[in-house]
Amino acid sequence: MSTISKDLKNSLLSSTGTVYLVLILVVIAGACITAANGRNFFAPGNISDLLTSTTVLGLVVIGQTLVILLGSLDLSVPFVLSLSSVLSAGVMAGQSTNFAAGIATALLAAAAVGLVNGVLVGLVKINGFIATLGTGLIISGYLFTNYRGTTGKASPELTAIGTATLGVIPVTTIGMAVCLVIVALFLSKTRTGLHLYAVGGDANVATMSGIRSAVPALVAHTISGLLAGVAGLVIVSRLGVGSPEVGTQGGYDLLSIAAVVVGGAILAGGKGSIWGSLGGILIFASIDSVMGIMQVNPYLKEVVRGLIIIVAVAVYARRNQIKIPARFAAIQKAAPTRPTNGATR
Amino acid sequence: MSKSFFGFPILTGIDLDIRPGEVHGLVGENGAGKSTLMKILAGVYTRDEGTVLLDGDDVEFSHPVQAQLAGISTVFQEFNLLPERSVAENIFLGREPRVMGFVSRREMNRATAALFETLGVDSISPSTRVRTLSVAQQQLVEIAKALSFDAKVISMDEPTAALADHEVELLCRIIANLKERGVSVLYVSHRLREIFRLCDRITVLKDGALVATRPTSELTEEELVRLMVGRPLSTFFPDKALGASVGSQPALSLEDAGNDSVDGISFDLHPGEILGVSGLQGAGRTEVLQGISGAVPFTRGQVRINGTPVNIKTPGQGIRARIAHVTEDRKATGLLLNQSVMDNALAGVRACSPRRSSAARPKATELFLELELSARGPDQEIKYLSGGNQQKVVLTKWLLMDPQIILLDEPTRGIDVGAKFALYVLMRRLAAAGHAILMVSSELPELIGMSDRILVMRDGRLVDELPGGSSEERILQAAAGVNTKAVAA
Repeated sequence: MSTISKDLKNSLLSSTGTVYLVLILVVIAGACITAANGRNFFAPGNISDLLTSTTVLGLVVIGQTLVILLGSLDLSVPFVLSLSSVLSAGVMAGQSTNFAAGIATALLAAAAVGLVNGVLVGLVKINGFIATLGTGLIISGYLFTNYRGTTGKASPELTAIGTATLGVIPVTTIGMAVCLVIVALFLSKTRTGLHLYAVGGDANVATMSGIRSAVPALVAHTISGLLAGVAGLVIVSRLGVGSPEVGTQGGYDLLSIAAVVVGGAILAGGKGSIWGSLGGILIFASIDSVMGIMQVNPYLKEVVRGLIIIVAVAVYARRNQIKIPARFAAIQKAAPTRPTNGATR
Repeated sequence: MSKSFFGFPILTGIDLDIRPGEVHGLVGENGAGKSTLMKILAGVYTRDEGTVLLDGDDVEFSHPVQAQLAGISTVFQEFNLLPERSVAENIFLGREPRVMGFVSRREMNRATAALFETLGVDSISPSTRVRTLSVAQQQLVEIAKALSFDAKVISMDEPTAALADHEVELLCRIIANLKERGVSVLYVSHRLREIFRLCDRITVLKDGALVATRPTSELTEEELVRLMVGRPLSTFFPDKALGASVGSQPALSLEDAGNDSVDGISFDLHPGEILGVSGLQGAGRTEVLQGISGAVPFTRGQVRINGTPVNIKTPGQGIRARIAHVTEDRKATGLLLNQSVMDNALAGVRACSPRRSSAARPKATELFLELELSARGPDQEIKYLSGGNQQKVVLTKWLLMDPQIILLDEPTRGIDVGAKFALYVLMRRLAAAGHAILMVSSELPELIGMSDRILVMRDGRLVDELPGGSSEERILQAAAGVNTKAVAA
């Protein structure tokens, strides 16, 4: 029993525990502030809006978490997301018969970009920031030369998925939750998942343990690309059309990195969790939602987001300072017991 | 079971056998080849010649995992652990137990708990994060990991260097336990007391060759030290011509200085003097230099420079007090690796007295010539220079700041003989010009050949002061804590 309570204490003191404590505080504060203004934070409409805004970012964040755990970054996500939206809407062209083909095209393209990122990072050994910046720019060039403004049309099935709800919960949010659970299981229940932490934590230790570091890199980047593609589909399902700018307008690259970091991961890799990152997204979404209800100036929102990131990382940095145990106490009381042969003379 | 190697460049003709259930001590000075030998056994390096026989089979490893699977595990001095992961995840990293294709955490934790039970350790829970463990507990995790490969031989490199006394007790119990279970242990240590307490037989290495393998019962501590030392002086040292001002007011004087890692440090350093500091790995030598220069300041005691009490809390204050600190790890703390030779030489002056930096440039060129720096030119990036030439640039950097007290931490580590000699000559010349030099070195011949006096440290304290030219034997005895009274008698 004592180990259970110790484990509970450990998990509350862990970064993930802190993230959820902060989330609860944010929700309570949000509820109070909105209540004071005669609104209800927990109104079904508001909850539904909050979940909807969480879904697209959530999908991107799941992939970004894997990549950051590896010690890499994925800056190509907004472009992959846009690519997926124009490809799916373009292939579907509003026809039910093209539904499956549209989805397959978009997801294959997205996964392929992720795989290329994985090869660049894992095999060619290019820094992830640079590699994904490069692929991102290439895609953006392709998008803006071939597409001007919105394009294509979602098939009726996709639109139906985008608007369907289960109670107050959008079906797409449930889809995001399923992805979240699958990736969480991947991280904790497969060797590749565990090795991802090892490669990100200390590549030397991983090598000495016989781990091929390219495998986690390929898998993490491919999943990140694929999930950015899914996020693009979700956007098409809501807008009904594809657009080469949806990704960049959403600022998903930096927002997703911010959510992962607020969720307790460190950018150097090896530390963090999917659940922490989920907490990070929910913190951002709740604060956005409160400010939305209060009709706060949208630019002020950015200021608040910035403050959250800085405060969160400052708190983690303090917590993670390594303490080297002292050989001698700060105040030495007793005289040394060892013989000192003349050295102190 | 026997293992033999013949003819390495660093190790030559090592012929060593380890019996089942034996604790075999491996001793020798720094650079004797102990670590190389261990790394070959561990599969980190491959051997050039000779054979390694394990249970009579010839084995050859090209990767550490192969060695581990064959039954040879190694606990290195630097831990191979992921601090953010759990104990069990670390132990089974790379070969996590699976049930129906999925990693089974329950099985992993159960197997880890079983390992600790065989070791007789009950203080570590398999699911705790390694970061939260003490150094001693992390060491136990490494040992458990070594054991988890069903090891027949476990080699340990200085396992007690970072441990407190009661933790050493625990380690000793565990080694006794391993021995009972028929596991052989190759135990590398500088601490002779532990070697004598734990080992059945002791092998002495010197300059890459095997000197002797003897049963512990046939050896005394004094004999062992004698076997370890006594190598001919291979390097020529410049004459000790004492600076004129020795005996006058000390340039640097410490009185009961201490902080978290060292305590009760008192000594005087005179202008014109080269004072050597000896001691084993982890004895606190580097920490004394760091305390003086302000890198990791002293928290107790009194430091005086030229008789004036000073309170140096940062390296910047140290530099203003005219202290130069040539650090042990020149790549990490001595050089800006991506910058040019000249930028590195001027880095200190530019930071501390920018107005003098244009005047310092020709002086730097002069020093380069004098030290016979070999580089393509002042604009070459420093990372392409050899260790010896890099060290010359580090020295140039400090000399341009016109120091009075020069702290040298392992100044000749990893540099070739020619550059070593150039540094020795420079050190003597600096001393003759009135600089006060404090040198930490693990190479005893160098310490003996260069120092006017030698301080010996052990476990964070000064334990002895010896005259220059003392025997290696005498220094090692003091550093390792052999009963010095018996020797003096």
